Amino acid sequence: MATREIAGRTIDVNDDGYMTNPAQWDKGIAEIIAKEEGIPELSPVHWQVIDFCRKTAAANGSAPTLRAITNGAGVTTKDLFALFPKGPAKKVARISGLGKPEGCV
Amino acid sequence: MMTDETRKIAFICSKGNLDMAYPALVMGWAALGNGHDVTLFFTFWGMDMINKARVDNLEIPPVANTSMKMNMMGVPGYLGIPNAMGVFPGMTAFATKLMKDKMNELQVPPVREYLQMLVDAGAKLYACKMSADMMDLKMDDFVDGVLDIVTAADFIEMTDGAQVIFI
Repeated sequence: MATREIAGRTIDVNDDGYMTNPAQWDKGIAEIIAKEEGIPELSPVHWQVIDFCRKTAAANGSAPTLRAITNGAGVTTKDLFALFPKGPAKKVARISGLGKPEGCV
Repeated sequence: MMTDETRKIAFICSKGNLDMAYPALVMGWAALGNGHDVTLFFTFWGMDMINKARVDNLEIPPVANTSMKMNMMGVPGYLGIPNAMGVFPGMTAFATKLMKDKMNELQVPPVREYLQMLVDAGAKLYACKMSADMMDLKMDDFVDGVLDIVTAADFIEMTDGAQVIFI
């Protein structure tokens, strides 16, 4: 199991760089990962998506798919791709401190 | 890590059967979710996927479809539909309903809605000129999101450097 330093803390990650322990996540870490993913600032709508993903993962054990996010978080497909440009599936999961979404839709 | 060079993937959709409509939609959606540039080119029977009058009526015929066993549709035991029965009236509608119900249960959207998701996510859709001429189809006949009717040469040019997948 690999680890990395974020904001002076040691965080467990897998080989692809996804966090493996959701309990180590907090909003400060999300903001730092968001910057790494090319999103300088997280807006209230970004947080709406992230909060939905955290809640879903806590309930189901895995990150929601993009389709599950647009169905459940109150954002459209267009919104989602504008909020997290160039690859929302990975970006949302990383910023939310979750693994890659399991599922194809 | 991400590079500045965006991976480009292009799908040629040449089939109009319900089961063959999904591969490009599923893979295209996954590619868009991972930040890749996606183009879909519709030709021959694949035109049904973008034809407003046809897209909601795609079917899966059980005749000459050796892999189509019923356990896939929720009936256990890998029972096939014999070709001699598959030709009876209603059998194609029956198989189509089973597949649609299963997809719905798995929360996979219908083809029209799936295509719209891809368009909203930035996929570029083009119709084949020869097929459009052959079937007498105009831009007005297509669902929203189809950008243009293009020639084969146009498609080859616009997919320079792309990975091309023929379905």
